Amino acid sequence: MSAFLEVRGVIARQDRFRLEIDASFSDGWTALFGPSGAGKTTLLEIIAGLRRPDAGRVLMNGRTLFDAATKENVPPQRRGIGYVPQDLALFPHLTVRANLDYGRTAGDDEAFQASVLERLEIGALLAQKPDALSGGEKQRVALARALFARPALLLLDEPLTGLDAPLRERIIPFLQRVRDEFRVPTLYVTHSADEVMALCGRVLVLEAGRLVREGAAQDLFIPRESPGWRLRDSV
Amino acid sequence: MASLDWPAIFLSLGAALLAVALNLIPGVGLAWLLARRQWPGKAVVETIVTLPLVMPPVATGLLLLELLGRRGWLGSWLHAANIDIVFTWKAVVIAMAVMSFPFVVRNARVALEAVGARVEQVAATLGASPWRVAWTVTLPLARRGIVAGAVMAFARALGEFGATILVAGNIPGSTTIISTSIYNDIMLGHDEEAYGLMVISIGFAFLAILASEMLLRERRP
Repeated sequence: MSAFLEVRGVIARQDRFRLEIDASFSDGWTALFGPSGAGKTTLLEIIAGLRRPDAGRVLMNGRTLFDAATKENVPPQRRGIGYVPQDLALFPHLTVRANLDYGRTAGDDEAFQASVLERLEIGALLAQKPDALSGGEKQRVALARALFARPALLLLDEPLTGLDAPLRERIIPFLQRVRDEFRVPTLYVTHSADEVMALCGRVLVLEAGRLVREGAAQDLFIPRESPGWRLRDSV
Repeated sequence: MASLDWPAIFLSLGAALLAVALNLIPGVGLAWLLARRQWPGKAVVETIVTLPLVMPPVATGLLLLELLGRRGWLGSWLHAANIDIVFTWKAVVIAMAVMSFPFVVRNARVALEAVGARVEQVAATLGASPWRVAWTVTLPLARRGIVAGAVMAFARALGEFGATILVAGNIPGSTTIISTSIYNDIMLGHDEEAYGLMVISIGFAFLAILASEMLLRERRP
C-alpha cells in the first residue's frame, strides 16, 4: 500500500493542547475517528495549510507541502486540497452557481461539472443564495464546490454532524456516490462509527492529540446489540 | 431670512468627504491587521488610533500644529518643498481625517471580525490568492459595516471644531467651516445666521446617523 499523504512527526501546540502525529494515508476514503477535542480538525487544518505546525513534515504524492526544518510551506491556494469545514462556510453573498464556480479552474471540463451536479442533485438550486437552502442542500453544495476545484485530496470535517438522523440517512448515499464516482482521496473526520462503516475503508483513531489505533474499518469496529457499530475494545 | 455662510458649508462638506476618502484605505487595512493578525505592539497601535476619540480635540489640534507647522517635525520638511499646510484648507482636511479615523477603523474592524476567518480559509483552499479572497469574499461581506463606519466618520468630520480651529484657524472664506462659522456668528451677535447653520448641521448629522443605522440593520442575520 503506497502512502498518498504523509504526516511525519508533526507537532502542533495551542494553549494546553498538544497534537503529535505520525501517520500515512493511502488513497481512498480514510476516517479520522475520535471524540471532540482529539485534534481531528487541527490535523485537517495542518494538511490544508490553514495552520502551521511547530514541527514535522507534510508530504502529498511525494511533494513536500510543509517542512519545519527547511521552513518550506506551500500556501493553501497552491496545495490543491479541497476542504469542507463543519460549518460549510458557503459564501453567503454569492449564488450557488457562483459558489461552485469560485474554485473552478479555467478550461475545466463541462462533463465533469454536469455529473457532479447530477450526482448531488443540486442542478435546480444554481440561482439560489445559500440562505434559501435547506441543511442537506447546503451540505451537497459545499461538497460540489470543493469538487469543482478538482482537488487531489478532499478533507471533510464532520459533514453530517448537526443534521438530524433522517437527514443523515439521506446524505450518506450522496457521499457514497461521490466516493465511488469521483474517486478523490478523502479524509473524513467523524465521531460516528456508523458513518465510518458506511463510508470509509480505513480508520485512524485519534485521542487527546495522539494516533492511538489504525487499521481497516471492519477490523476495528464491531456491531452493536442495537443497530449500528461501535469501536472494538483494544486487545 | 438671514443669508447662510455657503463657503463654510461647501468647505465642510468637501473637506469631510476628502478626509473620509483618505481614511478608507489605511483605515480598512489597519482594521484588517487588528482583526486578523497577532503582532507585537498591536495593543499600543489600537490605543493610539482610539486616542482622538477621547482626547480634547483642541489637544489633538495642538499636536497637529506642532507636527505640521512651519517649524514642525513634518511641516519644516514640507515647507522646504514649498508645501504649507497650516491655516489652509489642507489643514482642515487633515484635522477632520485624524478626528474621524477611529470611526473608520473601529467599524471596519467589527465588520471584518463578523465575516470570520472560515470563509476566507475555504476560499484559499479553492485556489484564491489573498488578494482575490479580500476582493471577492472579505470586502463584499464586510461592505455594509465599512460603509456605515465611513458615514459615521463623515458625520464626525462635519462636526469638527477644536482640532480644526487650532491647525487651520478660522479665516472666513478660506478655512472657516460650519462649526467655526457658527462660533463667529454668535460672537458677532448674528444669531439668525448661527441658527441657520445649526439647522443645517442637525440635518446632516441626522441623515448620516440614519443612513449608518439603516446600513447596519440590513445586514444579514
